[in-house]
Amino acid sequence: MSIEFIYPEFEVIRNENRCIACRVCERQCANEVHSYDGEHKTMKCDESKCVNCQRCVSFCPSRALKIIKSDCTMRENANWSNDTMKEIYKQANSGGVLLSSMGNPAPLPVYWDKILINASQVTNPSIDPLREPMETRVYLGKKPQKVSRTEDGKLDCKLPPQLELSMPVMFSAMSYGSISYNAHKSLALAAGRLGILYNTGEGGLHEDFYCYGKNTIVQVASGRFGVHEDYLETGAAIEIKMGQGAKPGIGGHLPGEKIVGAVSRTRMIPEGSDAISPAPHHDIYSIEDLRQLVFSLKEATQYVKPVIVKVAAVHNIAAIASGIARSGADIIAIDGFRGGTGAAPTRIRDNVGIPIELALASVDQRLRDEGIRNNVSLVVGGSIRSAADVVKAIALGADACYMATAALLALGCHLCRTCQSGKCNWGIATQRPELVKRLNPETGSERLTNLMTAWNHEIKELMGGMGINSIEALRGNRLMLRGIGLTEKELEILGISHAGE
Amino acid sequence: MLVSLQLDEKEFVAGTVMKINAEMPGAHVFSSGKNMGAFKAVGFPEDVGVFYKLEKYEGYSWTAHGRYPTNTPGWWGGAHPFTLLDYSVVHNGEISSYDANRRFIEMFGYKCTLQTDTEVITYIMDYLLRVQGLTLGEAASVIAAPFWSTIAAKTDLEDQKKHTYLRTMFPSLLVTGPFSIVLGFNGGLMALNDRLKLRSMVVGEKDDKVFIASEEAAIRTMEPNAENIWSPGGGEPVIVKVKEGVF
Repeated sequence: MSIEFIYPEFEVIRNENRCIACRVCERQCANEVHSYDGEHKTMKCDESKCVNCQRCVSFCPSRALKIIKSDCTMRENANWSNDTMKEIYKQANSGGVLLSSMGNPAPLPVYWDKILINASQVTNPSIDPLREPMETRVYLGKKPQKVSRTEDGKLDCKLPPQLELSMPVMFSAMSYGSISYNAHKSLALAAGRLGILYNTGEGGLHEDFYCYGKNTIVQVASGRFGVHEDYLETGAAIEIKMGQGAKPGIGGHLPGEKIVGAVSRTRMIPEGSDAISPAPHHDIYSIEDLRQLVFSLKEATQYVKPVIVKVAAVHNIAAIASGIARSGADIIAIDGFRGGTGAAPTRIRDNVGIPIELALASVDQRLRDEGIRNNVSLVVGGSIRSAADVVKAIALGADACYMATAALLALGCHLCRTCQSGKCNWGIATQRPELVKRLNPETGSERLTNLMTAWNHEIKELMGGMGINSIEALRGNRLMLRGIGLTEKELEILGISHAGE
Repeated sequence: MLVSLQLDEKEFVAGTVMKINAEMPGAHVFSSGKNMGAFKAVGFPEDVGVFYKLEKYEGYSWTAHGRYPTNTPGWWGGAHPFTLLDYSVVHNGEISSYDANRRFIEMFGYKCTLQTDTEVITYIMDYLLRVQGLTLGEAASVIAAPFWSTIAAKTDLEDQKKHTYLRTMFPSLLVTGPFSIVLGFNGGLMALNDRLKLRSMVVGEKDDKVFIASEEAAIRTMEPNAENIWSPGGGEPVIVKVKEGVF
C-alpha cells in the first residue's frame, strides 16, 4: 500500500456456514462492498467501502453477516486519538475541508440525561391516562398582552395566527434534495395523519406535496431556493432559517450530483449546479432587516400565517432570541449543537454552538425576565431522542420540539453518517431512483405515525405521573425537574434544583 | 401623588405589597384590601376567633380555613386566606402546575414569596380579574378550563369560540392538580373545583345565606337545616353575589 493508506474502519464478518450465496447483500449495497466469486461460488467483500449502514445485515436471510469496528489501531494515545490521526491523513491526502453528516457524535455532555422527572406521591394524586383525559394539544403563536372586548362587552376572540398541534412535536426541516422524494412524502403523510407539521427545509416544495400544505412549514433560507408566491401561500407557516445547529454560521450546501430532475425544478436552479446557500441572508445584516423580512413574508401572505425564525444555539442566544421576539416573529425555533445535517464541515459540526438544553433554559428565562415570553412560542430541536427529552424540554420552557434524526431512524436510517455521499442504502438521503424506491412512503409514514403515537402515550404517562393532565401546565414547570451530577452553575442556567434538594 | 405618578391606586398598592414581601426580610403584607380583613394564626379555630375578637366584626361573607399543611412546615403566615387587594383565596389541595403558573405570573410584577401554591392562585385571580378585566366566569374558564373534547362538543358556537380563545390566550394559567378554592371579592364569593374534581366541595343554602364547604358536615354544623345541598362539577364555578347596595 502507501502513505495514503487508511485502514478500513469496519470489518465485514460473514459466517460461511450460514451464507447461502444468495447475493442479496451484493444487490442491497450501493457502496459495492459485496461481490460474488463465480469460480468458488462464494461471496467476497471489500470492507474499505463499508460505511456500516447495516443494510446487508438487516436483509441477509440467513443472518450470516455482521459488521464490527476494526481492531486494527495505531498505537494508543490519549491526546492523538485514532480518529484525529485519520482526519490528519485524510486532509494531508486531499487538502480539503472534512465533511460529515448527522449530529455531533463527540462525547460532550447530554444534559437531557442529567435531568430527572418528578412524580406524585401521597399529597397530590397521579392521574391515569388510560382512565382520565390527558391533553397534549398545543397552539403555537403570539399571545396578545391584553384581552379586548367588542362594543357589546363580549370577548373579542380574534387571535394572531396560531398553529394547532395534536402533540408538542414536529418534524424539523429536511430539504427535498438532501432527502428523497419518498422520505419527504413519508413525512408529509405522517404529519397529516398525526395532526402535526413537517418542514420543507430550504429545498422548496415538490408540486406533488402541495396537497399536504396545511401540515407543512415552508422554509425561506439564505439561498431562497424554491421560494415563490404559491410556495408561501401553500404552507401553514413560514420559517426563516437563519441558522442550523449542526453548522452555525454557515449556509447549506447540496452537491450538484443531487441536483437532478425534480430536485432542480423544485429548487429552481439548473441541473448539476451546486446549491450553495450563503452564510448570512444577504438582505439581513441587523435585527431591523430581520423585521423587514418577517413583515414582507406576512404581507405576502395576508398576515394569516405565523412566521417562525429558526436560529442555531450559539453563545449569545438569549440576547438573540430577545431581539427576535421583538422582530414580529410569532415563533422562535432554536436548534442545538447536536442537530442533524445532510452535510456539514466536520470541524464546525463538532465544535460550534452550544447544547439546546442550556440555550432553551436561558432563552425562556430571559424572555420571561423581559416580560415578552408571550410574544413568541419557543420550539427547540437539536437531538430530541425520546418522549422523555420532549417532556424535559417542555418543563424547561419549550412550547414544542422539533425532531428529525429520530424520524429518519423510524424510516430505516442506521446513523452511518455518510448522507453526503448520496448513496443511502435505506432510500432516505439519496436521489438515485433505484435506492429511493426502497423506501415505501406508505410504510414510512406508518412507522413515523407509530413512533409519534408511542411518544405521545409516553408523554401522557409521564404527565399523569406528575399529576398534570394538560401539556400547558407542564410548560416551564421547572419544579418538575431535578439535575443529577451537575455543577451549581449548570443548575443555575437550567433553573432547576439538584436531585435530593 | 398617584395622579402625578400616573399610577392606578390598585396597581400602586399591589406593587408595594410585592416589593415589601420580596425585599424586606421578615416582613409580609397579609391584607391589602379595602373593607376586607385577613386573620391568620397557628392554633385551634375557637382560640383564634377569641384572639382576634372576631365577634366584633361584621361581614357579608366569611371564609374560614383550617389548614393541614400539605408539604411545607405550618406557620402562621402560611395560614389561609391569601389576599391581594380585595381578593382573598382559601384553597384545599395541591396544584401540580405551580411552577408553570408562578413563572408566568411573575412576568407581570407578582412575586411568589410565601412558599405555598395558594399564593399563586391569588395572584392569578388578581391578574385575570383586575388586570385583564375578565368576568368571574371567564376567569374560572381559564384556571379550570374545560377539556378540548368538551369544548369541541359544545353546540353553542359562541361559547365554543370563547373557551377556545381563553385556553389559547392563557395556556400558562391553567391550574392542574386537586383543588377546591373559595375566592372572596368585593360583593361575594366564588367557589371552584379543579376540572377533574379531585377534591370535594359542597354547596348548601338556607334563606338568604349560601354555604360552601369541603364537606357537608361543615355546612350542617353552621346550619343544621341547610337546603339544596349539591356538589358542583369539576371546573364549574359557583358564584354568589350579595344583593345590590348591601356592601
